[in-house]
This record gives sequence, structure tokens and C-alpha cells, in this order.
Amino acid sequence: MTDAVSAGPRRVGAQGATRKSLLVADARTRRRNAAETRFKAYGIVAIAIAMLALVFLLFTIVRDGSGAFRQTFIDVPVTIDAAIVDPKGNRDQKDMAGVLTMSYGSMLEKSLETWVAQNNVQIEGLGKADYASFYSSQARATLRDMVLENPEIIGTTINVPALASSRVDGMFKGRVTAESAEIDARTSLAQFRLAEAMEEKGALTTRFNWDFVTQPDASDNRAEAAGLGVAIIGSAYMMLIVLVLALPIGVAASIYLEEFAPKNRLTDIIEVNISNLAAVPSIVFGILGLAAFINFMGLPRSAPIVGGLVLTLMTLPTIIISTRAALKAVPPSIRDAALGVGASKMQTVFHHVLPLAMPGVLTGTIIGLAQALGETAPLLLIGMVAFVTAYPSAPPEGLFEPASALPVQVYNWTQRADSAFFERASGAIIVLLAFLFAMNLVAIILRRRFERRW
Amino acid sequence: MNDMRLAERTVDTQGKPIKFSCRDVQVYYGDKHAIKDVNVDLEDKTVTAFIGPSGCGKSTFLRCLNRMNDTIDIARIEGKMILDGEDIYDRRVDPVQLRARVGMVFEKPNPFPKSIYDNVAYGPRIHGLSRNKAELDGIVEKALRGAALWNEVKDRLNETGTGLSGGQQQRLCIARAVATSPEVLLMDEPCSALDPIATSQVEELIDQLREEFSVVIVTHSMQQAARVSQKTAFFHLGNLVEYGTTDDIFTNPQDPRTESYISGKIG
Amino acid sequence: MSPFWIMVTILALALVGYILGRRRAGSSAAGDIRKLHSRPTYYGWNTAIWTALPSLLLLLVWVLAQPLIVDRAVNGNIPDSAVSDSQTRGQIMSEVQGTAFELGRAVNEGIVSQSEARALSLDDAATTEKLAAAGIEITPSAPVLEAAKDYRAFNLNASRALTGAALVLALAGLAWSLSQIKPGYRARNIVESFVRGFLILCSLLAIATTVGIVLSLVFESIRFFQLYPWQDFFFGTEWTPSFGGGSKLGMLPLLWGTLYISLIALLFAVPIGLFAAIYMSEYATPRVRGFVKPVIEVLAGIPTIVYGLFALVTVGPLIRDWIAAPAGFGNSASSVMTAGLVMGIMLIPFVSSLSDDIINAVPQSLRDGSLGLGSTPSETVRNVILPAALPGIVGAILLAASRAIGETMIVVLGAGAMARISGNPFDAMTTITVKIVGQLTGDNDFASPETLVAFALGLTLFVMTLALNIVALVIVRKYREQYE
Repeated sequence: MTDAVSAGPRRVGAQGATRKSLLVADARTRRRNAAETRFKAYGIVAIAIAMLALVFLLFTIVRDGSGAFRQTFIDVPVTIDAAIVDPKGNRDQKDMAGVLTMSYGSMLEKSLETWVAQNNVQIEGLGKADYASFYSSQARATLRDMVLENPEIIGTTINVPALASSRVDGMFKGRVTAESAEIDARTSLAQFRLAEAMEEKGALTTRFNWDFVTQPDASDNRAEAAGLGVAIIGSAYMMLIVLVLALPIGVAASIYLEEFAPKNRLTDIIEVNISNLAAVPSIVFGILGLAAFINFMGLPRSAPIVGGLVLTLMTLPTIIISTRAALKAVPPSIRDAALGVGASKMQTVFHHVLPLAMPGVLTGTIIGLAQALGETAPLLLIGMVAFVTAYPSAPPEGLFEPASALPVQVYNWTQRADSAFFERASGAIIVLLAFLFAMNLVAIILRRRFERRW
Repeated sequence: MNDMRLAERTVDTQGKPIKFSCRDVQVYYGDKHAIKDVNVDLEDKTVTAFIGPSGCGKSTFLRCLNRMNDTIDIARIEGKMILDGEDIYDRRVDPVQLRARVGMVFEKPNPFPKSIYDNVAYGPRIHGLSRNKAELDGIVEKALRGAALWNEVKDRLNETGTGLSGGQQQRLCIARAVATSPEVLLMDEPCSALDPIATSQVEELIDQLREEFSVVIVTHSMQQAARVSQKTAFFHLGNLVEYGTTDDIFTNPQDPRTESYISGKIG
Repeated sequence: MSPFWIMVTILALALVGYILGRRRAGSSAAGDIRKLHSRPTYYGWNTAIWTALPSLLLLLVWVLAQPLIVDRAVNGNIPDSAVSDSQTRGQIMSEVQGTAFELGRAVNEGIVSQSEARALSLDDAATTEKLAAAGIEITPSAPVLEAAKDYRAFNLNASRALTGAALVLALAGLAWSLSQIKPGYRARNIVESFVRGFLILCSLLAIATTVGIVLSLVFESIRFFQLYPWQDFFFGTEWTPSFGGGSKLGMLPLLWGTLYISLIALLFAVPIGLFAAIYMSEYATPRVRGFVKPVIEVLAGIPTIVYGLFALVTVGPLIRDWIAAPAGFGNSASSVMTAGLVMGIMLIPFVSSLSDDIINAVPQSLRDGSLGLGSTPSETVRNVILPAALPGIVGAILLAASRAIGETMIVVLGAGAMARISGNPFDAMTTITVKIVGQLTGDNDFASPETLVAFALGLTLFVMTLALNIVALVIVRKYREQYE
């Protein structure tokens, strides 16, 4: 040891020989503490921005979308005119089915006209066209179905709530104002006043709208009738496929990689592959689905089976990564114990390790499913944007029939010309988020309930 | 249990001034009472060793001396710790200033992933101890010399500190602590991660450091305490059982627990 | 039988095999199962596997191959005279398939009998009328009708042959494996090898997926580059596709939009995500952390379509009305800024949770070392923790960048569809992903460069993100190893 502590002045540098009191912060310390406070504030601001963004996002979705769950109906007595619905007067289903929906529309218009006259409502410029466009074109179809199903109501006056047009509906949701009604080709100021008068007299009511969740999509000029029924079924079918395929395959792959795989190049390649697949843009999976499943294998477009397969491939990395983590968390002592009593490696894994890892596996699977449920881009490429109004039948045939999917339905509605569909899109997102929330809740409960600390 | 505490006896201070004076120190980790009623006076320019079985609170007490326990959320400290007449737990005290005066060396060598030079210059830079590069160079060289490392690293000051051997790393950490010219140097089992040769180098260094600083060293090795320290404090279950000159503690322990520990019956 | 019902039958046979196998194992050991090499269940499984596996494999191969073979055979029967300028062979084939499908439907619904359908000709007024009455319209040309009948016949024969072959194979497997059962038969080892094979197969699926992606991208891209010069694609500055021909398909405007939007998203997300992560790992109490971390991670769980709608309905108009229009930067709600900002929000949790992990991986001893020298926590973060965590954080940012480049729904709804190179962030621009969606949604003609360009764009995107991912993963992995 050749170094020695050099003698000489003990204090070096600016602070000199005298120590300042600890009780008084010197200028430099004050400056440093100010920097510290600033730095901390940056962190708080960053977190605040992130949380505010979340709150604002959710707030706007709920604000814009809650309207979709409420719908305006016209409560005006309708006289089912036998001369119109059954011109031959023989109550024969076939002949009655020949009557066009249009004629039912005129009946609805007449009932509204009658109501206006009876209630002595005076509105300037109220014309025939205003009556006609007051109703949704869905209303006459509903009425027609009703008459064909119950022919005994012909000739009577019935009280059925009829769906109002999206413009009338918009007047009660703040989407349509007197000013906008005046310049809108699809409504008028007179219609606006009429709606006000009817609401005052209780002939127009806005109520909760289950049809939004159960009915299929509707065409461009019937925003008020568009629903999520087909999309929810389509999404459910795809989730079913993902669950049935991705869970066993993912678990099998993880078991092999975690418990059996020798450390060699192939294993390495597989592992790198899985991490990479987890980060491949989802749209690329859509291209794969289009090229491989539709063009090459000849599966039908717009079908849940193709969507399900694509989403399975996308979800697999997520499931594999979480399953491997769960398997890794099972301590080796459990494996040693089972092997020690003469179980085969396979028996050890399936009888002991996998059951213990199961909560983690299920949590990962649910989170993977939730991701798949919200995925949109790949589904656009495999034709799930198609306009589908028929419910697909039950599986397995239904898996090959055209369907929509929840997130795609949202996209679909944003592409419509009528802005009334935006409300529907936000409403659909509320439904989607509700599903996701429920799934994550299940995952959290699973984790809390079965979490094991070794 | 009052009788179990410090065995009262006069300690020969050899005329050295008191640097740290601790009174009725209690430390709680959450519900756990980790340090109970510790009273001790630490002398300037002396190596004081804290010994005791693991979990006895010696490291906890050491970390109180420069308020490192502040970084643990559940730790709570009561009592007075007076450094040169000022209570370091006074509300006005900024731990940052305190730690510049009470440096610390840890169990595992923990050089920053930077160059050797930057490691040593880190403290002087943040505390603004130099006015220019030349002065900083001087501080770094002096600190490295002080840590008996200068000759080994003077040609590779720009290489990363993590590339040194374990013993060199620990001496680098000592140099890093010395560079801020503290008055007290706390060492938390500084040799436990080192091989015997590196240990003897560091021990030799500690002996030299005593000329300039008060050194407090926590060690689990009684031999080490006997080799490097002038004063020894024995902790057991959070109590300071016995405190005195190292020779006295090892040759003539007053408390039966100290004796059992020294003779290897407990530990 | 349809393939589905064949599969059900095979599985039923396998169940029978399982029961028989178990029973036979028991009887072969004269009821004393201790004499068996394996537990009886394994004999059951062994039989079930031999019953189901070969026939299911046959089924799978057959179902995949049948359309290709039938198409080729039928195609060969269509006379060249039927192919005209207005109708390619491909279009005729799809008409043939459509007609065959309608015919099949008519037979299934009992409108016409199998033999009537087989004998159907265009002169057969009675049958066509019957079909028309049921809402099934068959109005093909004569060759198409003939081909359609061929097509049906081929398919019918093929599926009969399949049913026979699959069931025979299943029964043969059942019988053979039952005959093998003896007390010394190592059923467990055999079953376990099958399971092991299945496990390996499943893990190879990851490679198969990657290979599938690469093949589907590369093949179609090659076809595209045969139709369109690659120099014009990679270095062209104009994007004006027109399905009538004469399209200009230069990628640069799309690349520009992609990078510009990603840059804005990262400029927003990286500081916020990083500061949030630093605050959570270095300052926040466990309670605050336990609340804030999950809340921020909610942002990561929100589907991108939600962000897209948020951009379209809320953020776009806000930026236009409060910033862009008053300042005279433009009047478009969809803009680089809109998409970038919303994408930035989406990336915050991505950056923050990755950085959080990485910062937490920095050993506590380094923090202690720095604090013990009297540095403030922020000095510790800036001078010690961030430099130590830098490689990991760079990796996280690269992963975030790869995400931003590949993100689709936010840009589809928020960025606009205008392909242009402009510096103004309030202009609408478009990205690679937007154009992939644009060119591939709706009806596609897979022979035109306007459709095929999407595959070349996809390949570009894939290569870009793959490169980023690999670099990032390597960096992060190295970093983790350093502190493990």
C-alpha cells in the first residue's frame, strides 16, 4: 500500500474550513431543493395529464353515447284501416302480404293528422311531408309485421308506440335545434314545433331502448333503428373460437417451452418469434387472414370463423407469455416432489404444475380475450365491415355466415353520412367497454381469489 | 428490561471530542420496535465498530446517523441525535446537507455505471465543492489517494467503475464518499462481499481514514472489529447492550450476553 | 355427410375406443390392474388417439384440398369458347360456384329432387319455374350450368368418398390399437409421446404464423412489383390510385404521414409516460401507486377504435376550432396533430409501464449510494437511475414507436385520407395503415396493382416494425440480464 492519506488542509474547495450549521439551508441547497420540487411537480403533472385524458375520454363517450340507449316513440292511436291492409277483405295471409309497407306509412300519417286536428294544434307550414318524415321508416314495417301476425286487430284503433325518425329523436337529445331544423332538408321548423307540441301533450315519449342492443344494423336513413344485435352475436362467436382454440394451443405451447423444450436454437427461435408476434401490428394479421384464410383456403368473407382464426393467432402470444409466467411461478420443489414419487414428467406437469398455474393462465386468457374483443383493424380486411342485417344461425353453421363485430360496427357507423349514427357509435362503445370491464373484473377477481405466494 | 440495557461504566474517551451524541433513540418499522432506547456518544477521529448478531439493529442504527432511513416509508425515528451540537432530526435540517457531512459506504460495492472519475466526482459536483475542472481533478485525485486506489486506476479514470474488481469497487465507493469531505463516515459491513485480500486492504484503509474522519463501521466479524476499531458497541435485539473500548469489550465483557456473543455461544 | 358430422362421428368412435381400450386392458390383466404397465386410462387414451388422429388428419387434408382439385377439374371442363373478353375464367368459375350453391339450396329445401337437379337444362321450363317460384333464380349460360352440374357431381362424389375413407380409417385404427393391448404394452409412453408431439406442434404454430405472414406478404408483393415498378413505389412522391389504370402509387407520402404522426405521438407520450413512471417508482407512496398505476393502465386496455372515435368526434373538432382555425393553420378536423395527440394518449401507459419495470430493475444499492452521498432524489434519478436505465428506456421507446407506426384505427378515423407531404401538423395526411385498409376493404380485384399495392405496403410496414421490435427486444433483454 503505497498511498497514504495526504496531510494538508482538510477542507477543499468552496466550502472552506468552516462548517455551516445544519439548521440553515445554504443557497445551493435551497436551489437544489427547488429543482427537486419542480422535478416532482413534472411527475405529478404527467400523471394528472394521463388521468385527465382518461376521464375526458370516458366522459365524452358516455356523453355522446348514452343517447343511443334512449329512443323517442310516438304514442298516437292508429286505426288499422281494413280497406288498406286487406283490400280483398278475406283476411287471407297471402293477399295481405301483398300490401306494400308504403300503405302502412299512410295509415300512420293519417293517425298523426287526426291527432293534430283533434288536439287543435296550429302550426304554420305543417304539410303532408312533415307528417310522413315524422315517423321512422322502420315504424311502418313494424306495424305491418304486427298486423300480419295478429289479423284480428284489423279495423280497430290501437295504441302502439311507433318509432320516431332520427331527426325528431334528435330534438330531444339536443342534436337538432330550431335553427338546424330550419336548414335541414330532412326536417323542418314546422316538424320541430309539432314535436314540441306533441311532447307537451304526452304524445311523444323518450324511453329506454333495448332494441339498440338486440336489433340488427339498419340502412343509412334509419339511424334510429340501428342496433348491435348482429355485431354482439358476431363478436360472441369470435370470442368462442378464440377461447376454444387459443386457450389449449397457448397452454400447450407454453408447457412445451417452459417444461420440456431443450435449450437449443429452435427453442430460441420460437421464443424470439413469440415476442415478435406480440408486437406485430394487428393490421398485418388482417392481411394474413385475407391472404391465407380467405384467398388460399377459400373460407367465406365476413364470417366469424375467419375473424376468430385471425384473432386466435393474435391472442396466442399474449396467452403464451402470461401462461409461461404462471408456470414459472410454480416453485421447482413441487416438480421435484412429484418426480420423486415416480410420476413421469408429463404426469408431473399435468397433475401438479398446471393446476397450480391455472389461475394465472385463466387471468392471462381473459385479458387476451378482452384484447381480441376490441380489435378492429384486422377484421376490416376480412370483410367484417359488410352491412349485415340477418342474424347468423347457431354454431357451427353460424360461424360461416356473415356477421359483424362490435368494434367494426363502431367503425361502420362512423363512416355513415348521417351524424345521427355517431351517437350510435358512441353507444356501441359503451356496450363494448361494458363487456371489457366485466371481463377485466373477472380477471381481477380470479387473481385476487387464487393468487398464491410461495 | 431496563437493567438489560447499557451496562453502566465509564468509558475512557482518551480526550477525544464527542462527534455524535445519541439520546433515547427509538426506531420503529411499522409495528416493529427495531431500536430501543439507545444512548451512545461517538468520538471524533475514532473507528467505532457496531457488532451483534444479524437482525440486532446495528445497521438500522447506523442508517439513522445520516437519515438514510428517511427513504423507507414505514420507518419512524424518535429521540435525539446530536451532530456537533445540532439535532440531525430537527425539522429544519435538510437531509441532503446532512449526508454531505455524514457519508456512507454500503455492504455491496455499488459504483454507478459511469467512469471512475465521474463516480468520485459525483458528490463534489452535486454539492458544488469545486469552482473549476482543475479543482475537481484535485479533489478526485485526493479522494482516490485517500482510498488507496490512485495508483491502480490513475491511467484509466475514464473506464467504467463497474469493471473494477470487488475490492477495488469498494475502495472506489469509499473514495466516492471521501470526496465530499464528510466529517463522519458510516460503513455498513463494507467487507462482507469481499475476498480476504480485498478485505485486508479495506481494513488497512479504514485505519488510515481515522486520521481524518470519525468512522463508524458495522461488522458481523468480531475479528474485524477487534482489528480496526478503537471503540465497540454490542447490539442485541434492538438494545445497545454494551459500549466501550474495543480492548475492554473483547477481553473483559461486563454483560453476560456480550460474553456469550464474543465466545460464540449466540450469534 | 358434411365434414362437421364426419368429425362428430369420428370423435364418437374415439370415445367408444376409449371405453373399449380401458375395458380390454382390464380384462387382459384378468382384473388385476397392478399387472398392467400403465394405468387403464392410458390404454383408453391410446385407443382413442389411434382411432381419431389418422382419420381427423385425413379429414383435414381432404377438406383443404378438395376445393382446389374440384376447381381444377371443373375448370378443365369449361370450353375455351365460353371465355370471352368480358368474362375471365375466374369470373366464370365464381358464377359456376354460385349456381351450384343455389342448386344445392334448392335440393336441400326440397324444391327439386336430386335427380331433377342433375337433369336440369335451360330448356326444362317446368323445373326452372319451380325454382323461380321459390325465389331461386338460375339464369346462367349453358356452359356455366353444365359446369355447375359437374361441380356438384364432383363435390358429391368427393364427400361420399371422404365419408367412407375417414370412417374406414377410424375403424381400422380402433381395431388395430385394441389388438395391441397386452399387460406389458407401454400405453403411457405412447400416449405421452403423442401429447409431447402435440405440445411441440402447438409451439411451432408461432413460427408457422410468422412464416404465413411473410409468405402472404411476399407472394402478393412480388405480383405487385411485376405490375408496377418498385422504384416508383418506394421513391414515388405521388399517391393517386385509380382503378381505371394509370395509378401513381408512390409510398413516400404515406411514409411521411406515418412517421410524422408517430413522431408527434412519441413527443407527447414519452415525456409524460417517463415522468409518470419516475414519479410512481421514486416518489409515490404505495397507496398512491396502487391507485394511479391501474388507472393509467386502463388507458392501455381501451380498444384503439375507441381512441379513433375520440379523435374523430371530440379531439379533431376541438383542435380545429380552438387552435388550427383561429391561428390560420387550416380547417381540417382530421390532422396529423389530432391523430398524433390521441395516439400519444394511447401510448402513455405503454411507455410508463415499460419504463416503470425498467426503472424498478435498477438495483436499490445504486439509489442508496447516491442518496448516501447527499444527492436529492431528482439528482439521483437524473444522474444515476436514468443513465443506468437508459438502454431499457430506449428499448421501450422503440417498442412504442413500432406500435405507433403500426397503429391503424386512430389514424383511419383521425388523420384523414389525403396523401401528401407537408410540414403543417394541422393538415390532414394519411399513413401506410390507412391505405392498406383503404385498398383492401370492399370488393377487391386481386389482379390489379391498386389492390396488390396494399400487400407491398403491408410488407414495408412489417419490415419496419420487425426491425424496431428486434432491436428493442435485444436491447431490453441485454439490459435485464445486466441486473439479474
